[in-house]
Amino acid sequence: MVDKILKVEQISLAFGGVKALTDVSFEVEKGSVFSIIGPNGAGKTSMLNCISGRYRPYEGSIHFDDQEVTHMRPNDRADLGIGRTFQNLALFGHMSVLDNIMVGRHHQMKNNWLTGPLYWASPAQKEELKHRRQVEEIIDFLDISHVRKSIAGTLSYGLRKRVELARAIALNPKLILLDEPMAGMNLEEKEDMARYILDLNEEFGITVVMIEHDMGVVMDISHEVMVLDFGKKLVSGLPDEVMANEHVRQAYLGLDDNEQLQEVG
Amino acid sequence: MSSLAMRPCGDFRTSYKADNTIFETKTIRLMTIALIAIACGAPLVLDGYFLTLFIQISYLGIAALGLNILVGFTGQISLGHGAFFGFGAFASAWLNTSFQIPVVLCIPLAGFLTMAVGMMFGMPAARIKGLYLAIATLAAQFIIEDFFARAEWFSGGSSGSMAAPVNLFGFEFDTDQSFYYIALFALVFMYIWGCNLMRSRDGRAFVAVRDHYLSAEIMGVKLNKYRLLSFGISSFYAGIGGALYAHYLGYVSAEGFTILMSIQFLAMVIIGGLGSIKGTLMGVVFMVLLPEMLESIVGLMKYTDWGNIPMVTDGLAYIKEMAIGLVIILFLIFEPEGLAHRWAQIKNYWKFYPFAY
Repeated sequence: MVDKILKVEQISLAFGGVKALTDVSFEVEKGSVFSIIGPNGAGKTSMLNCISGRYRPYEGSIHFDDQEVTHMRPNDRADLGIGRTFQNLALFGHMSVLDNIMVGRHHQMKNNWLTGPLYWASPAQKEELKHRRQVEEIIDFLDISHVRKSIAGTLSYGLRKRVELARAIALNPKLILLDEPMAGMNLEEKEDMARYILDLNEEFGITVVMIEHDMGVVMDISHEVMVLDFGKKLVSGLPDEVMANEHVRQAYLGLDDNEQLQEVG
Repeated sequence: MSSLAMRPCGDFRTSYKADNTIFETKTIRLMTIALIAIACGAPLVLDGYFLTLFIQISYLGIAALGLNILVGFTGQISLGHGAFFGFGAFASAWLNTSFQIPVVLCIPLAGFLTMAVGMMFGMPAARIKGLYLAIATLAAQFIIEDFFARAEWFSGGSSGSMAAPVNLFGFEFDTDQSFYYIALFALVFMYIWGCNLMRSRDGRAFVAVRDHYLSAEIMGVKLNKYRLLSFGISSFYAGIGGALYAHYLGYVSAEGFTILMSIQFLAMVIIGGLGSIKGTLMGVVFMVLLPEMLESIVGLMKYTDWGNIPMVTDGLAYIKEMAIGLVIILFLIFEPEGLAHRWAQIKNYWKFYPFAY
């Protein structure tokens, strides 16, 4: 039996009268890349927000690593190993890149407001340096060493996306949620980003759940794809199956010219 | 936070330890140490007036750093800092007279006591933000002020309370010259404490909460805990500053710790630079020295031709107050990011001096 790291069961979420999600269930295999696609407003980001804890679904349950997390606070989920990046960049704008990534180590560090300030006379310095070493490895992996001391808010869009990914990796997560990691990037940056995602999946063994609009990337790197439309799950399965599905093509991918002509008749 | 470009040519870091220092370069560190050494010798040369000013800078500077940790680094707001400063002053005097605890221990204890009170009043801070929080802390200011007036067992009511001078191994620090060293030590200690706090785990968490609290929470930072803790640490600093003030003057009365004082602390922090530790000290020095300088400038006006115009002679005192207001307004217009920012720009300019273009 294959290990499921994330089990989402019949999640429903509404904002007033707007039903963002209705009865969505899916399971994510450990060590896989799972993509969520769908038209704008389909509830993809709401789904991620439910998993990462920003929203609480009013029905259904979410299990992570056989533990119920449906009503857990976001910071406790970070301890369990759920990391995420945001669609509209959520870096700490006035901090250096290095400090941004060090915040990702927060829950793995122990020094506090009393031992931290004693610095030399407490284990704080040793701990800081130990985590700094690990953070540097992540910086190396994502190739952002040239900006490590820059203020995050001054970086270009593509770099900021990468720093956000670095910060999420610094959490040492088992599951990483990526909200449109390639939005607004050119082809070269997209290729780089796809490579990083594959590497962190294959080398670090992190399970990836991502939302992405670039069909080429989605079909290339994901093991499983789920399609949402108007808050409902249309279908999920292997990328090729989903691609061929009639409903998906109507709702999201669009029909190609010949088919459209045939329909018009 | 220094960028790579601020480092002089040839200064390469070969270990993470060397890259994590408080001071950007060795020169700055040596200059700071030299400055402290010179300050140690100051009482031998300077007269009482300057020492008084320095001691004032020291206790206000400690309290203002606390406010900067809250306002500048954590992004909260407090209009009750003056009251916490006063609470520290009364608490230290009270601990000393009622329990005969030595004054040296009373000062940190007063800090922790103020921290507890600050966290109590900071509890709404974990839930509300911005203007609403400002009003909630304003309430704290008035409640604590009222407490000073009514709790005679604690503050001596309207007659105030006496605070014994600091006594260490039988030596009484009751003159300006001797208390100067206590003030200098406390200032250096509390500023190093602040610097280390900001470069370790909890300090980063504060800034993370300020810059983007939603993603801070996703990164595992407990929002409520850190908002409350920031309030606590800020009150702790206020308490230490207040305790020093009490044992320096020897007498505490409730009149001084009004909303005006709270606003003065805010002004120091804003003028110095929000979110900058050295900026805090600059702001305090500026705010303490400005009235003194204007005093002497206005004093000079007496000797000019205008000195005979009754309107001017009557208004001299007001001219000083107005000038302080004007300087602060001009400051906020032309240097909204504070003295720390200006300092960085001056340094940048000189770094490339002949080749600025």
